[in-house]
Amino acid sequence: MTRLMLTLTAAMLALFLISLTLGPADVGIGESLAALFDESYGPLTLVMREIRLPRALLAMIIGGGLGLAGAAMQGYLRNPLAEPGLIGVSSSAALGAVLAINTGLAASLTLGLPLAALAGALAGVFMVMALAGPQGGSLTLILAGIAISAMAAALTSLVLNLSPNPFAANEIVFWMMGSLADRSMLHVWLVLPFALAGAAILLTLARGLDALTLGEDAAQTMGMNLNRMRLLLVVGTASIVGGATAVAGAIGFIGLVVPHILRPLVGGQPSRLLWASALGGAIMLQLADIAVRIILPSRDLKLGVVTALVGAPLFLHLIYKTRKGLA
Amino acid sequence: MRKLSGIALALLWAATGAFAGPSRVVSMNLCTDQLAMLLAAPGQLASVSYIARDTRASAMAEHALAYPVNHGLAEEIYLLQPDLVIAGAYSTVATTEMLRRLGIPVVVFQPANSLQDVRARIEQMGEVLGREEAARALLADYDQRLATQEQVGPERPRAALYAANGFTSGSMSLAGQILRAAGLRNIADELGYGRSGRMPLELLAMSEPEFLIGTSPYPRAARSEENLAHPVVRHLAARSGAGQMRDADWVCGTPHVLRAVETLAEERRLFVDKEDRE
Repeated sequence: MTRLMLTLTAAMLALFLISLTLGPADVGIGESLAALFDESYGPLTLVMREIRLPRALLAMIIGGGLGLAGAAMQGYLRNPLAEPGLIGVSSSAALGAVLAINTGLAASLTLGLPLAALAGALAGVFMVMALAGPQGGSLTLILAGIAISAMAAALTSLVLNLSPNPFAANEIVFWMMGSLADRSMLHVWLVLPFALAGAAILLTLARGLDALTLGEDAAQTMGMNLNRMRLLLVVGTASIVGGATAVAGAIGFIGLVVPHILRPLVGGQPSRLLWASALGGAIMLQLADIAVRIILPSRDLKLGVVTALVGAPLFLHLIYKTRKGLA
Repeated sequence: MRKLSGIALALLWAATGAFAGPSRVVSMNLCTDQLAMLLAAPGQLASVSYIARDTRASAMAEHALAYPVNHGLAEEIYLLQPDLVIAGAYSTVATTEMLRRLGIPVVVFQPANSLQDVRARIEQMGEVLGREEAARALLADYDQRLATQEQVGPERPRAALYAANGFTSGSMSLAGQILRAAGLRNIADELGYGRSGRMPLELLAMSEPEFLIGTSPYPRAARSEENLAHPVVRHLAARSGAGQMRDADWVCGTPHVLRAVETLAEERRLFVDKEDRE
């Protein structure tokens, strides 16, 4: 357990350093890290502090949050297919964010953008949970997710197409696929409180999720209040996904892939999986963000492309494995 | 090929001899709208695109008020019964093909990527409208105004174009040529951007332009323009003499690009004078 945590933490920090030294500006590793602390490097200090540092931090915060949210959701629903991106929570958050930008709310209120994305995510996750029901099978969950994703994506496109701003329509790709290019520290401060609050809420579920592995009746006799757990799950997930989507767009599959890989390593125990998935999510998103910068450095390849290329085959594999339950 | 068809049309009209040009012309592209408004005979131009009235994008928004507008749809253009339709290279192919099937001649104008291309477009518009005389007069004026901008001495200061989505333009684009004609050195050339492309913010910061030319954001916000408010861009803008593109003068290959050159050259002069005094 502790060994796994230490390994994951070390990997996360190593990737953080690698991420800091990667960029279109061709600078040596030592020089770029030194410039982070020393102002005498002029423009390089500016690049390190205002462009690369926020990018690396955002990948950690958002990846960690999405991994944690995926693990919590899968634990509560006892369904390995539950993932915020797949079941429409991310797309609903994107719709909220787009509405905030186009109504001017994002410009007039400091936290307007993440709050609107949170509201969108809340609506999305609430609808999915209501449609799928507490014991919702995989089929209802996925179908509800597809319907909500499609609806949210369509409304996002509608809002962007109606915008008088000629650049708005091009943004559909960003909101569907996500990117961390050219973000600033401002975005870090925007997402951090929402990610921390969401994580704090979801981590309180640890004991309850363990109890749930014995079945709902057993969990209730152990004193777990399932309705309360459900509410906390909805609010925690919406907070994380809302904040993340507001600054980086909808990034899918992290909450699916990471818990799946780590589950055997924590003995299938949901409470331990929460922490492990947070670290694993941070690792996966950093890897994806490093990949987009290495594969096509000049083209701003979207993050969701990479996570989907890794995640979609796994998703198919999981559907194949659980198809008895789906039938 | 397209140019040839334009010439073929012109020859056809010349051969019929009765009237030198078409009598009911519809333009469906912002840039051809402006060239047509500059050159058409009274009553010859029947409609321009609705974007021609957009003060933000069109350098001749007020002129355009005098013409009925179209939205680039085959149906409405056909109902205007034109004897010539002028489209841009990026006009919907489905629409222009439909119009051709309906028997209406369509001339497609390529976008201008250089100040020399602007001359060619003016000539081409003169040909297809049968207004060669007017085109020659406009060209003479264009050449004369451009000649007064001829620079002496080295290109300076180092400048960068930075627009929505982080787009920049090099010397093989119209915007890049406007920059050079105004006497500035373009960092996009140093970084190898010949035409236009997305420039990572990092490269902009590392190249330290002395003169940052941005676009003013549209009134309704879009995420694409968020990069213009990034702390790094603000830092560079505050440090440098920050110019501003007036989109309308920059986007189309018309004589109005000279207004962009003249404005920029004036800003450059103020910047250089200030620097020389220090």
